[in-house]
Amino acid sequence: MTASSLVEVENLHFTRGDRDIFRGVDLSIPRGKITAIMGPSGTGKTTLLKLIGGQLAPSAGRVLIDGHDVHRLSRKDLFQMRRRMGMLFQSGALFSDLSVFENVAFPLRVHTDLPESMVRDVVLMKLEAVGLRGARDLMPSELSGGMTRRVALARAVALDPELILYDEPFVGQDPISMGVLVQLIRRLNQALGLTSVVVSHDIKETLSIADYVYVVADGRVMAHGTPASLDVEQDPRVSQFVHGEPDGPVPFHYPANDFYDDILGQEEA
Amino acid sequence: MIERISRLGRRGCDLLEAVGRAGLFLAQSMFGRPTMGGISLWIAQVYMVGVLSLAIILVSGLFIGMVLALQGYTILVDFGAADALGQMVSLALLRELAPVVAALLFAGRAGSALTAEIGLMKATEQLTSMEMIGVDPLRRIVAPRLWAGFVSLPLLTIGFSVVGIYGGYLVGVEWLGVFEGSYWGNMQASVGFFNDIGNGIVKSLMFALVVTWIAVFQGYDLIPTSEGISRATTRTVVYSSLAVLGLDFVLTAVMFGGLS
Amino acid sequence: MKRSKTMELSVGLFMLAGILGLVFLGLKVSGLDLQRADDTFELRANFANIGGLKPRARVTMAGVTVGRVESIDLNTEWYDAEVVMSLDNELSGMLPDDSTAAILTSGLLGEQYIGLSVGGSPEMIEDGGVVRDTQSALVLEELIQQFVSNLTKD
Repeated sequence: MTASSLVEVENLHFTRGDRDIFRGVDLSIPRGKITAIMGPSGTGKTTLLKLIGGQLAPSAGRVLIDGHDVHRLSRKDLFQMRRRMGMLFQSGALFSDLSVFENVAFPLRVHTDLPESMVRDVVLMKLEAVGLRGARDLMPSELSGGMTRRVALARAVALDPELILYDEPFVGQDPISMGVLVQLIRRLNQALGLTSVVVSHDIKETLSIADYVYVVADGRVMAHGTPASLDVEQDPRVSQFVHGEPDGPVPFHYPANDFYDDILGQEEA
Repeated sequence: MIERISRLGRRGCDLLEAVGRAGLFLAQSMFGRPTMGGISLWIAQVYMVGVLSLAIILVSGLFIGMVLALQGYTILVDFGAADALGQMVSLALLRELAPVVAALLFAGRAGSALTAEIGLMKATEQLTSMEMIGVDPLRRIVAPRLWAGFVSLPLLTIGFSVVGIYGGYLVGVEWLGVFEGSYWGNMQASVGFFNDIGNGIVKSLMFALVVTWIAVFQGYDLIPTSEGISRATTRTVVYSSLAVLGLDFVLTAVMFGGLS
Repeated sequence: MKRSKTMELSVGLFMLAGILGLVFLGLKVSGLDLQRADDTFELRANFANIGGLKPRARVTMAGVTVGRVESIDLNTEWYDAEVVMSLDNELSGMLPDDSTAAILTSGLLGEQYIGLSVGGSPEMIEDGGVVRDTQSALVLEELIQQFVSNLTKD
């Protein structure tokens, strides 16, 4: 497993303020596959991506990408490392002062000395791949949510990275653009041989494309396996999440006094 | 009691930490290696920060010059010294009013816009994504804005002075009938190029640095929510106004107060 | 791209306007004379008392401004004030050596300036020469003192 995995997360701890976000997370993300990291909202899935991308430093444990400890790299080496990574942000994070074309060209201009004509070809190729070649002159404010995310995807793969991190790619999308995105992620993965990490809590879509799934909750990995094996997982917490049941080990109610006491007790007081 | 003292101590530590962070932030962005397209980014920011503030600065300058002439005339005429009107208007503008008022207007017009813009970039993860692409947002986003502010405000201050002196001329000479020759002549006799104009420009350079620094840092350091952005925008205007007025006292004492 | 062209143009105009503004302030407001360096010559004069004369004060002849006071220093040999003036080149070699320099006041409370008046000698003062015949500033306190002591004598 180690030989074929691109990213290794070992015994990762992370605290923010007084809250423990992660208490010993171990992940191994295989090369060339789509790995999903799932979990309820507020379990720090986005934080995990930021830890992998080296934007946050863990309080203990380490993250290895291709054998390099991300948090031990110098600033320069880290920026070099990030060249090999693409990240798709939840909001798309397109630069609002640049056109669609310039957004996709941005990583190319930063990291390469390609002549303008070559930049143009590459950008149009990437935009064609996400079906937005015709939208190249629009500004980000003129795009719909789904288009924004597709442009962001084109930008994330502009440099042909080895690893691409998707932060909640399906949130807030209508069914059509959701389907488009699912298909795009799968196609890009196969066509470019990418290693993909998808962080999401949209179970159906994520399970349909993932090769391997980690379920993260309460600061640790609660379950992992292939989508098929998770579907029949016996652990009640995992099955509640995977099947989307409203009540179970993760309670519907925020912790409170007994309902009966709360209502009647007030009158007595 | 002990709880209070320790809270005070914690406040002090927080404050020191914020000042340190802001200092590092300034050093990294102003003196870092500029990124590609540096000049055109800078030009775009001079447009946003300088050219778009021009109207409010010039209109205010005109009115302040006119009011100065009107007020000054009613006082000076009692001493039979209405000829000194040009001297009074020009010195008041060049030394004090133009740098300070232009900086305050600049903080309100351009500073708050800078904070909101950078804050919005932070809230929509543009800064993070830029970092992931491998570009330091301090150099690409912050540095051109800092330098644009640093250049724009002194130019705006010069414009403020020119228009203000012209406004004083309109009221004093054209309306109240001060002799034109003594308006300009007394002005030329008493205004020193380096002492008055130069010091005014030095003042406005310092104000430019402080105001844009506060604005950009508040934007960069805010909590990325809509509430955070609106609070940071308010803080920019309040902090930079206070900083400008306080710094003005110090600079005036050093430049004109015989303290040097 | 059109948007960025007009933007560049307006930024250029903005910078240009700023520089022109500075030039305006320099020439019209502070009366800075760009040609002073090569178009003037120097003249010295020693005064027993300069009163409130300041550097950059006007030097006039028949009421016309012909130059400025460059510097004022105490001459420790004679304990008087040595004033260096720079005058228009037009006057170079045109001033007789018995010309006089007086410190005058414009109006009752106005600033002080130097008034030159021409003598009749055939010899002319050279560049860097000295005006020997000078008249000190009138100091109001001294005038009053004289006036009062004259009254008491009578």
